[in-house]
Amino acid sequence: MTTTAARTTTVEVRLPSRLGFEKVAMSTASAVAKLMGFRDERIEDLKTAIAEACINAIEHGNRLNEKLSVGVVLSAGTDALEIRVMDDGKGMKQQPTKPDIDKKMHGEEDPRGMGMFLIQALVDEAEWVVGSNGKGSYVRLVIRLDKEES
Amino acid sequence: MQTDTKSKIDQVTSPAGTAATVLRFEGDISSSSKDAVIGTYQGLSKTTAKTILLDFTKVEYINSSGIALVIQLLMEAANSGQKILAFGLSAHFQKVFTMVGITKYAGLFPDQTAALATV
Repeated sequence: MTTTAARTTTVEVRLPSRLGFEKVAMSTASAVAKLMGFRDERIEDLKTAIAEACINAIEHGNRLNEKLSVGVVLSAGTDALEIRVMDDGKGMKQQPTKPDIDKKMHGEEDPRGMGMFLIQALVDEAEWVVGSNGKGSYVRLVIRLDKEES
Repeated sequence: MQTDTKSKIDQVTSPAGTAATVLRFEGDISSSSKDAVIGTYQGLSKTTAKTILLDFTKVEYINSSGIALVIQLLMEAANSGQKILAFGLSAHFQKVFTMVGITKYAGLFPDQTAALATV
């Protein structure tokens, strides 16, 4: 853990590209968010959002290639926590769409594919950034402390 | 490194006398849970198991792939005329299930007693 100027504290984690290891990022984010004073409900939201972001990075970005790793950087500011989940993929170009449960139930839409929607719905900001030269993409998540929490 | 999903089946009766089958899950529900979720469900008799309760009390982690398996189960159940109720989800996952629309096809209840009271 490092503390830089402007009251930002950074924690970095590097995960193998193997499903299941998103739990390491979830635990780390949970611990940092708790230290910052986020309430339990928001921490649960963050854990699920980070899990989905890491799973996307592991499955789609790094294509389950265990020679590659997923980087997770948590930056704790005064009133907000920013998380970047980085992989070696080309990035997600499409925007999240709300799942249509009726279509899924009738076999007209894949039951999968809800990760990006959940990410965007559970945090205050979500941004998918395509890396230059088709590599080094990341998703940036931000949750902000409520007035009652700060 | 994904934690396996354990599942077991129990038969219960509601206060109104309705027979119900409970699928109890334990552990994580993720992409590796197909056998535990779909496999266990498909092992039930479609003729006799008309009311099915999904017990998530001992489930600690569900990701979107796991939710997709639950949706697949709901789809197959709907096609077979089976009623599905779920209970034991944490407040967070009740919220997530509601966000993706599962509550349109399966009632969510705090515990088995509350679920059985409706059948």
